[in-house]
Amino acid sequence: MAQSNIDEKTIEELKQIMARYPQPRSALMPMLHLVQSVDGVVSQRGIEVIAELVGITEAQVQGVSTFYTQYLKHPGGKHHIGVCSTSLCAVMGGDALYDRISKRLGVDEGTTEDGMFTLERVECNAACDFAPVIMVNWEFMDNMTPEKADKLLDDLEAGRPVKPTRGATITSWRDNERLLAGFYDGKADEGVSAGEASLAGVEIARENNWSAPKGEAK
Amino acid sequence: MTDLLTPVLTENWGKDKSWTYDFYAQHGGFEAAKKALKMKPEEVMNTVKDAGLRGRGGAGFPTGVKWSFIPQANPKPKYLIVNADESEPGTCKDMPLLLASPHLLLEGIVISAYAVNCHQAYIYIRGEAAHVARRMQAAVASMYEHGWFGKDIQGTGFDLDVTVHSGAGAYICGEETALLESLEGRRGQPRLKPPFPAVEGLFASPTVVNNVESISTVPSIIKNGVDWFASMGTEKSNGFTIYSISGHVARPGQYEAPLGTTFRQLLQLAGGIRKGHQLKFFTPGGSSTPMLTEEHLDTPLDFEGLAAVGSMLGTKAMQTFDETTSVVRTTTRWAEFYQHESCGKCTPCREGTQWLVQILKKLEAGQGEEGDVDKLLAVCDDINGLSFCTLAGGAVSCVTSAIAHFRPEFELGYTTPAWEAFPYEKSALFEGGVK
Repeated sequence: MAQSNIDEKTIEELKQIMARYPQPRSALMPMLHLVQSVDGVVSQRGIEVIAELVGITEAQVQGVSTFYTQYLKHPGGKHHIGVCSTSLCAVMGGDALYDRISKRLGVDEGTTEDGMFTLERVECNAACDFAPVIMVNWEFMDNMTPEKADKLLDDLEAGRPVKPTRGATITSWRDNERLLAGFYDGKADEGVSAGEASLAGVEIARENNWSAPKGEAK
Repeated sequence: MTDLLTPVLTENWGKDKSWTYDFYAQHGGFEAAKKALKMKPEEVMNTVKDAGLRGRGGAGFPTGVKWSFIPQANPKPKYLIVNADESEPGTCKDMPLLLASPHLLLEGIVISAYAVNCHQAYIYIRGEAAHVARRMQAAVASMYEHGWFGKDIQGTGFDLDVTVHSGAGAYICGEETALLESLEGRRGQPRLKPPFPAVEGLFASPTVVNNVESISTVPSIIKNGVDWFASMGTEKSNGFTIYSISGHVARPGQYEAPLGTTFRQLLQLAGGIRKGHQLKFFTPGGSSTPMLTEEHLDTPLDFEGLAAVGSMLGTKAMQTFDETTSVVRTTTRWAEFYQHESCGKCTPCREGTQWLVQILKKLEAGQGEEGDVDKLLAVCDDINGLSFCTLAGGAVSCVTSAIAHFRPEFELGYTTPAWEAFPYEKSALFEGGVK
């Protein structure tokens, strides 16, 4: 069995998550995110600890963790690369990007031997106006091209800072798993307000002086 | 005459620090909440009802009417849940809204919770959007700091707690009862209705589930009034909405306009189809809404207009494809999406979506057999309407509408691979295509 990093501090934090909800089981999903941030995978130890804290069986915890695609059964790499492969992104170039990255990393939906990258095809990530889209640790890398993808991997491999098009500077997949567990990382002020495509309509409206009608008197 | 574009929700997107509490408070924020908290809860509810706001997450159910289903005599706590699990292919309006103007939603939550007498709200955000979770966590904390959330908010005696909850990758959790299961720490599998969530929702208590855009629209209605809202849009589809245009257009993006705007108008604003190409097909409201073609360019994009041509407004997400695109390829991919996202609870959906993918993959590879197109339609017939939720219905609509418009192209799959008939590199937005 793989080593687990879950310690007293983790257990304390798992309890903090439970305290957010009127029923402890509601905390299951953020708890699983936290376990991943600590162990890099939904570890056996994590399953045991959650089952005990919540008061359900290990099978019940596993039943939930295997349902959701973000919970990994095998250890994830330092960075998670999700290439959108649903129709629109795929057609706009997502398929080509996936093939290129897969060839370069030598993995097809899996983790590189050095533990640097986990590559996955992801389903529509709600950024279709920025297609084709790649998610790095669930941060948006919009309007990707083969050149940009090459540079992205070069920079990540070299440990150079990478700024998403809409998000906070990339650190690691595990750091963001902690964020998804509800532990704020203090980085909301990083990144833009909105990307270019998000502003397409509002900019045209500003140019033309278009607006909603004036409201009635208060 | 109303202007072509009517930015309300998108008005402050892109402005410096638009996501902060101070920015929002300095730009007219909280006027509506202050006004609402002086009204009676049922007055607030009736205002939203009278305004004719219909749900912006796909189904189009009147928001105020949904609120009125909450049995106020029920002694259990009432819950308000904001559905921010935006995952319908093509839909990309809620994520930018939450990134740029998170307090718009939070002010909407204050007003909506007050209207339904709810003291605990949850914001269920899809897990695959880290920065959205970050901005929402910070925004919720700022609301507590400024006395908008917590005990006795703004000295009114009204209590309201709000919790941000990140999902973990499951399209089905956008379905409201699957979302409830998920929020209770279970597999996201839809529940049989009735009982409806209004009666027995989260923790078997009365629950309202509303889309991000619906709740974010509430403050403007309270602030500006019913007549103002109804002065935009069409007779039965009142107000403004965010249309999301993606794909082979010159300027993809978010366009906030009155309901009933046509795709011809929107496409023009978006600079038309990319240079040198023509429109082949588009989805009016995500991949689950039957696709349309050039003949529908003048159809009003509202609930009635799209129903009249056999489609749906859905999430108002226009995925747009030009003549280089293989419809067999896009349909196969969408079918794979539904197969992947089927929760597995209902046999027709779980098995049927797999059969669809098998046949479609053969057709895409040019290895189909005579009769495969009819077989696809027969499988669709065996799936449609036979499951708890509408996921399978979305899969069926996407396949049957594609065949209705482009049957010969599917039959070409008996002899010719889609990538030969429609070289894939020509559809990509950059040189060098595929394989």
